Amino acid sequence: MERLLNVTTALSVLLMALVLFSVRRSHIRVEYSVSWLAAAAILFALSRSSSALTWIAGQLGLADPPLALMLLVFCVFVIVIYRLSVVISDLKDANIAMAQRLAIVEFQMQSRLPGSPLSANEE
Amino acid sequence: MKPAAAPHQLLILIPAFNEVGAISGVVHEVRGVMPGVPILVVDDASTDGTDRSARAAGAYVLRLPYHLGLGGGVQAGYKLAYELGYEYVIRVDGDGQHDPKYIPDLLTVLRDTGCHMVIGSRFQDGNGVHTSSVRAIGIWFFRSMLRPILGKPVRDPTSGFVGVNRQALQVFTGSFPLEYPEIEALVVLQRKRFQFQEVPCRMRPRKTGRSTITAVKSLYYIFHVLLGVFINVLKFEGRRRKE
Repeated sequence: MERLLNVTTALSVLLMALVLFSVRRSHIRVEYSVSWLAAAAILFALSRSSSALTWIAGQLGLADPPLALMLLVFCVFVIVIYRLSVVISDLKDANIAMAQRLAIVEFQMQSRLPGSPLSANEE
Repeated sequence: MKPAAAPHQLLILIPAFNEVGAISGVVHEVRGVMPGVPILVVDDASTDGTDRSARAAGAYVLRLPYHLGLGGGVQAGYKLAYELGYEYVIRVDGDGQHDPKYIPDLLTVLRDTGCHMVIGSRFQDGNGVHTSSVRAIGIWFFRSMLRPILGKPVRDPTSGFVGVNRQALQVFTGSFPLEYPEIEALVVLQRKRFQFQEVPCRMRPRKTGRSTITAVKSLYYIFHVLLGVFINVLKFEGRRRKE
């Protein structure tokens, strides 16, 4: 168990460093780094507190604390991925609306050129 | 042949993606049936010169900056039509499957009955059916599923040969399914208590290109549409309960 906790600690520190590095290089925006940093911090805290992990395992009815750790890791990343899916969906909707608006504005600008009868001004 | 609509009341909308082989013929055919009615081709970022071919044939072209898919393209056309004040929009596919000689029939039903959407149905009078056996099974499946949801039978729920009035246009400018929009659009309108009708028409084999719904995509299509219908039913039932 000790080895698993050490590996989890190392991975959480690595994740934090990677996210901070990416934010510094502007590869990830600050608002989207928060979920990953929070996830890494939770993993770090759990991996450094075996008593907390044992208590959580007891609450969940799991005899083996590493199983509780794996379950929590899974839950944390599912939440992060879910949040990102929501963000991506919002961005896609906004992107589609913007592409449609761009096409319409371009069309209307061209229609105002001489000899173009299909124009909003002609209703 | 019924008289053509007055300009600026009716717009013919033709969504197209890489249809350079067919688009010119479709535009000319529509113009022959509906002289004086503006034809808008929504070019979904084609790479084969569909936009140039449509323009050369005399259509107006709304060119999207990148490929949005059928629903995104149709919705862009609906948005433009709504902003320009059109009362009716009839959608004809750019691959030549829809015979434009039925456009006056669709328009007449839209105008005279006050229904919000009219569907050109290849099964309404049982003749002129041009569809693959896989698609026919899919149509039968969706027809059976939609019957209790819509409260009335719909014979050709996957038909893209549809006309809408201004009220339906307004709804679709705000919400329109992006992929495989025909069936979900029906459910959206029904949940808003809008009326639809079917008009018999004959479909033809597509002139060029291939259908976007291949055998491999069929399962995804069924799952996607089922999910979309389910979500729409839940969404509108939820709102109704709150009201």
